Formats: sequence, structure tokens, C-alpha cells
Amino acid sequence: MAAATQTLTAADAFTITLIIRRFLPDVDDEARWESFDVSVYSTDRILDALHKIKWEQDGTLSFRRSCAHGICGSDAMRINGRNRLACKTLIKDLDITQPIYVEAIKGLPLEKDLIVDMEPFFEAFRAVKPFLIANSTPEAGKERTQSVAQRAIFDDTTKCILCAACTTSCPVFWTDGQYFGPAAIVNAHRFIFDSRDDAADVRLDILNDKEGVWRCRTTFNCTEACPRGIEVTKAIAEVKQAVLRGKR
Amino acid sequence: MSTIEAPRSSPTPARRSGVNWEKWGWIYMRASGVVLVVLIFGHLFINLMVGDGVKAIDFAFVAGKYATPFWQVWDLLMLWLALIHGANGMRTLVNDYASSPRLGGVLKGAIFASAAILIILGTLVIFTFDPCPAVPADQFSLLPSFCPPQ
Repeated sequence: MAAATQTLTAADAFTITLIIRRFLPDVDDEARWESFDVSVYSTDRILDALHKIKWEQDGTLSFRRSCAHGICGSDAMRINGRNRLACKTLIKDLDITQPIYVEAIKGLPLEKDLIVDMEPFFEAFRAVKPFLIANSTPEAGKERTQSVAQRAIFDDTTKCILCAACTTSCPVFWTDGQYFGPAAIVNAHRFIFDSRDDAADVRLDILNDKEGVWRCRTTFNCTEACPRGIEVTKAIAEVKQAVLRGKR
Repeated sequence: MSTIEAPRSSPTPARRSGVNWEKWGWIYMRASGVVLVVLIFGHLFINLMVGDGVKAIDFAFVAGKYATPFWQVWDLLMLWLALIHGANGMRTLVNDYASSPRLGGVLKGAIFASAAILIILGTLVIFTFDPCPAVPADQFSLLPSFCPPQ
């Protein structure tokens, strides 16, 4: 009987307050906070609350989202001061007695509401050559083989979805947009330590730069921000070690 | 037949050749940090814990240390390593937070100048310190009591 009551309670809708940092470039000179009351269920995520606002209250609210299941990396945003994916943040895990603050990720040019210009982020990503560069030719009809142990070395960094939660949580990136940023280094790590790749030295040289791995201050913001649980700071440290060794 | 275009990747600017100061700065911070832990805690232990402890520290105590080559080298290492370590740390802070290159340049110049002046003055003191300098007869009373009569 008690269990049944609890189930009923869990299914009841309740009202939360979302305070969203709005910026409509046609109207606003500067970003401003706007408050919305929205009725949600405890199983809802922040993304559901944003949808409700956009669909039922204010159609001008703009944000990116694609898959809505934590894989595409479109909806990274700053929720209660922490970078998270809106589609992976359950409302019941936040303190709903207080308003929930939602704003765009920091350090990239704000375009509209929760949308930022991701181009500087992807520019850094492209600069580390995030694709296989192999000088060898596999046997005809065969693929390049790799042992389980060889794969395990860089397995963690293959999980990156390029949501920019890490890079835009990095205080060095906030003040120095030239810094490659954690995400670019993670994606360099993914190929530097791949036994099938032959261009580790090229990528290590790129990251052995004034704006490369040496700018990392190991504040661990990136590791805490990563919605995929990648040990970002550890990956950066491994790249530092590889630069010092001069090889992977 | 169409081919897939090569991945869009900006041409990588070649790293300037020569000494990679950022890399060596990073290595220096770690190496000097390890050595400084030993030097500083050794310094504190000898000065504050051994024998009469902090009560033993006076002019004669310091003069005695600087008369010993071992402590000269110890303090010299501590001076150079700590000042460069600290100055480099502040340099990275300026790199991280100075809003304009001009301001950053001024701040880094000031950090470099203060560290250089302190290193030069400190080194001079360590090697030229003489507790009993030759003075005119009317100033004998200013010398510490342990100095031999002149």
C-alpha cells in the first residue's frame, strides 16, 4: 500500500523555477536572466523542461539538441554553475527547492540564448589532426589489427562526443582562447596512443607548443565536467609525458 | 568517380625552432619543487628545531652559517630555485589572466626585474658577508662581540 502511494507521488507533476540566461541578438544588448515556472515530473530532465518552455511558454527560447540521449553532444550547457548535458541531467538530482540556473557554456562567443559559436572549439579540434594517419598498408582484404591491450591504452578518450563541456569549463580557455583546450588534447590522445597510427610525433609537436599541453594547470574542471566520464586531466598528463619522452 | 575530400584541417603552424621555454619551464617547476621541499624543510628543521631551536637564531648564528661553505651552497640553491620557481609561477598566472598583451608584458617585466634584483642581491650577500669588517677605530663598538680585537 505504501509502495503504491509512493509510485503515485513519483508520477505527480510539480512546479520548478528555471532561471535562464537569455540573449536575443535582435532585441538585447546584453544577456539577461529570465525566470520560467514549469510543471515537470521527477523523471524529466532539464532538456524536457526547456522543451516545455519553448513549446508552451516562449517559442523564442533557443538551444541546441539533437539526439537528446547523451550521444550527439549538442546540448552542453551550464546548469547551476556546472557544465552538463541538459539531456542527461535529471531534475530530481538537482535541488528543486531553489531556482535552477541555466546558461550557455562559457568561453565561446554567445550567439543566441543557450547557443554559442562552436567554431573556435572545432578549429582547435581540427588542428590536432583527429583522423588516422597510417603509413602502412594492411594486407589485401584485411584490416589493421590491434590487440585488446593496445586498444585499452586509448579506450577512454574514444568516448568523447565533442560537446565542449570540458573545454568551456577550463579557466585557462576562458581567458586564453588560443589554448587548444581539453577536448582537442583528448582527441589528439585518441590517435597519439593508437598503435595503428603513425603520426604521433606530428601531433605531439603540435601540442608541445606555447598554447599546447603546457598551459594545462591541472585544475580538473574538465574531468568533472565531462558527461562521458572521460578522465580528461589524466589524458592531458599522459600527452605531457609522451611529449617529454618524444614518442607515444 | 568522386572522391571524398581530405578532412578539413587547418595547416599546422610549424613550432618555432630553438629552446621550448614552456616545456622546460614546466619541467623546471616540478624538478625545483622536489628539491625545494628538501631544502626548505631542512632549513626550517636546522634553524627552528635543532639545539636551542628558534632561540638560537641571532646575528652570530647567521654569521656562523655563512662562514660555512655547506650552508652557503644550501642557501644559494634555495635562493635561486625558490625565486625562479616563484617568478615562473607568477609568469604563468599573468599568461593566464592578463587581459592585454601590453599589461602582460609590463607585469612580466616587473616580475623578472624583482626576481633578478633579489637573486643578485642575495647572491652578493651569501658570498661577501663578513660579520667582522675592518672599520675605523671609533666604530669598534658597532661590531658583534665575537669579533677578534682589531
